[in-house]
Amino acid sequence: MANILVIGEHAEGKVKKVTFELVTKASELAAKLGGQAEVVFIGSGISNTAEVGQYGAKKAYVLNNANLEKYNTDAYTKVLFDLVNELKPQVVLGTASPVGKDVLPRLAARLDSGLASDCTNLDIQDGKLVATRPVYSGKAIIDVKFESALQVASARPNSFVPSVVAAGAAAEVVNKDMDAGTLRAVLKELVKAQSQKADLTEAGIIVSGGRAMKAAENFKILAELADVIGATVGASRAAVDSGYATHDMQVGQTGKVVNPNLYIACGISGAIQHLAGMRTSKVIVAINKDPEAPIFTKADYGIVGDLFQIVPLLTQEFKKALQG
Amino acid sequence: MKIAVLLKQVPDTETKIRVKGDASGIESDGIKYIISPYDEFAIEEAIKTKEKSAPSEVIAVSLGPVRVVDAIRTALAMGADKGIHIDDCGLAMDSFVTAKVLANALKNENFDLIFTGKQAIDDDASQVSQMVAEFLNVPQLMLAEKFELGADKKSATIERSVGGGTKEVYTVEFPAVIGAEKGLNTPRYASLPGIMKAKTKPVTTLKASDLVGETKPKTTNVNFRLPPERAAGKVLQGEPEQLAQQLVKLLREEAKVI
Ligand SMILES: Cc1cc2nc3c(=O)[nH]c(=O)nc-3n(C[C@H](O)[C@H](O)[C@H](O)COP(=O)(O)OP(=O)(O)OC[C@H]3O[C@@H](n4cnc5c(N)ncnc54)[C@H](O)[C@@H]3O)c2cc1C
Ligand SMILES: Nc1ncnc2c1ncn2[C@@H]1O[C@H](COP(=O)(O)O)[C@@H](O)[C@H]1O
Repeated sequence: MANILVIGEHAEGKVKKVTFELVTKASELAAKLGGQAEVVFIGSGISNTAEVGQYGAKKAYVLNNANLEKYNTDAYTKVLFDLVNELKPQVVLGTASPVGKDVLPRLAARLDSGLASDCTNLDIQDGKLVATRPVYSGKAIIDVKFESALQVASARPNSFVPSVVAAGAAAEVVNKDMDAGTLRAVLKELVKAQSQKADLTEAGIIVSGGRAMKAAENFKILAELADVIGATVGASRAAVDSGYATHDMQVGQTGKVVNPNLYIACGISGAIQHLAGMRTSKVIVAINKDPEAPIFTKADYGIVGDLFQIVPLLTQEFKKALQG
Repeated sequence: MKIAVLLKQVPDTETKIRVKGDASGIESDGIKYIISPYDEFAIEEAIKTKEKSAPSEVIAVSLGPVRVVDAIRTALAMGADKGIHIDDCGLAMDSFVTAKVLANALKNENFDLIFTGKQAIDDDASQVSQMVAEFLNVPQLMLAEKFELGADKKSATIERSVGGGTKEVYTVEFPAVIGAEKGLNTPRYASLPGIMKAKTKPVTTLKASDLVGETKPKTTNVNFRLPPERAAGKVLQGEPEQLAQQLVKLLREEAKVI
């Protein structure tokens, strides 16, 4: 049967929003293939796996083994390979997250199949998956067609809107004990961030600062705004290279590619390499004191002004609007 | 130690991309090529590792048309010892075929380490490193931000960020594929003597057609197009307080994103 297998992701024992997005899309595509959407979760203690049923999935496989509690390339590749060989789906979908990007190419290679990574749209044409994805840092868009019988793709977070298609429906949960094989790279230490903010690549709202922030301490004003509106803080490369922000905050061609609903660029000029990382944002706001800054040609809303004055005012206004 | 670096030559980040009339690809005339930025981190780390583990050699490998020899020469000028150019022979390639050809070229060379970039900035695929690791049946560690060679010179400790500020520290025994992330190091510039010396370093040419075997592409890229242009929107007018009020209202009522 032409089923679609979604690789689910979870954090802190909860299924992530990206998985609901992907399951929604997968169940729409599975209908076109005359099959069904199923989800696989790796690890234990995930509380709401059956909830994927509301988004159209029929089954949720939960794979477990002591070596599967933490992500490991060798272990994940092996159990997913074994599961795919057992279930024989036509399509395997994952998220273009650090885990998905790590395991899917290896899995696709072992399955002798093609992979389209970091896709922004997925469709079925002539009975096969067709994946749409940006290339050249978003300067062009392509469709990927598959020659292989099994088709594998990863989707960029925030590409699909999660939608409850079967309110109250629960997916049938199937627990499986798996052999995780031998682990060659060994995780020695996991250092969790203090704040459990959404990662930039999954964030729905991002507030970013550029060279104009002038000092690391000044990022505090962006953090305050971010707290009020539930955003994650990003940065331009100039801010990172000047030591105002850390590498993992960089948005752009040599940083993270983000896809939020709202991107607020503060004191960022809008260089082509920065745009490469955030051009698919649904709404862009630019705050810049130079009315000629190129970012204004891409922004939906622009404010010409000093960010040190505007950002705190915005924080205040949002506080009033959201809490009042 | 024997260390390989996989290099891809890609259009410069400033390149204005133009699509061919039949949507089958991009126009290549006038494009200036560079080494993909993440691969520069890979070269630097390979050279640094060589310096710490003498006697070692670094071999820069690139698959592509003849122009990619320039990328290999740059790596040689930075400090790599030898180059391997794999001529693509005009074959149709996707990530799978690319990785297969690279893996076949590397498989009998007994490399301890293979450094790659986490992603090439033309296809933005982030697939080739992992697939090469799979085809060579060795472990991979992608997104490496810190690489520390073990005292035994047969293992390393690697640190990487996996989203949301969480960091992982791994140890791995060689052979292994290491995918470089930004922050791993600051790539050196080729010195003038380095550039002179690079001219005399050996570059071997292999043919993809001899290495590809029966492997055929698993995917084809079609319908190349430009993304929809973002139109410039509204620039708000007024005093700072009014600007902030207006923006909050617009984001909530017009754009409905908060
Ligand atoms: C290979 C390569 C890769 C690159 N990758 C990336 C990448 O991944 N990400 C990235 O961001 N860049 C990248 N760059 C760098 C990019 O070209 C730009 O240099 C960088 O984005 C500029 O950062 P910026 O906008 O913060 O700084 P600037 O260009 O210096 O802009 C600062 C802006 O702040 C405004 N400003 C100043 N003071 C204030 C104030 N008080 N209030 C409001 N506005 C103010 C100024 O008008 C100006 O527009 C890359 C470059 C290369 C060559
Ligand atoms: N044609 C190539 N020649 C040599 N190395 C390559 C080639 N293509 C990809 N790579 C390596 O694989 C990495 C990931 O590429 P990609 O999967 O295309 O994003 C690159 O950073 C290079 O290190």
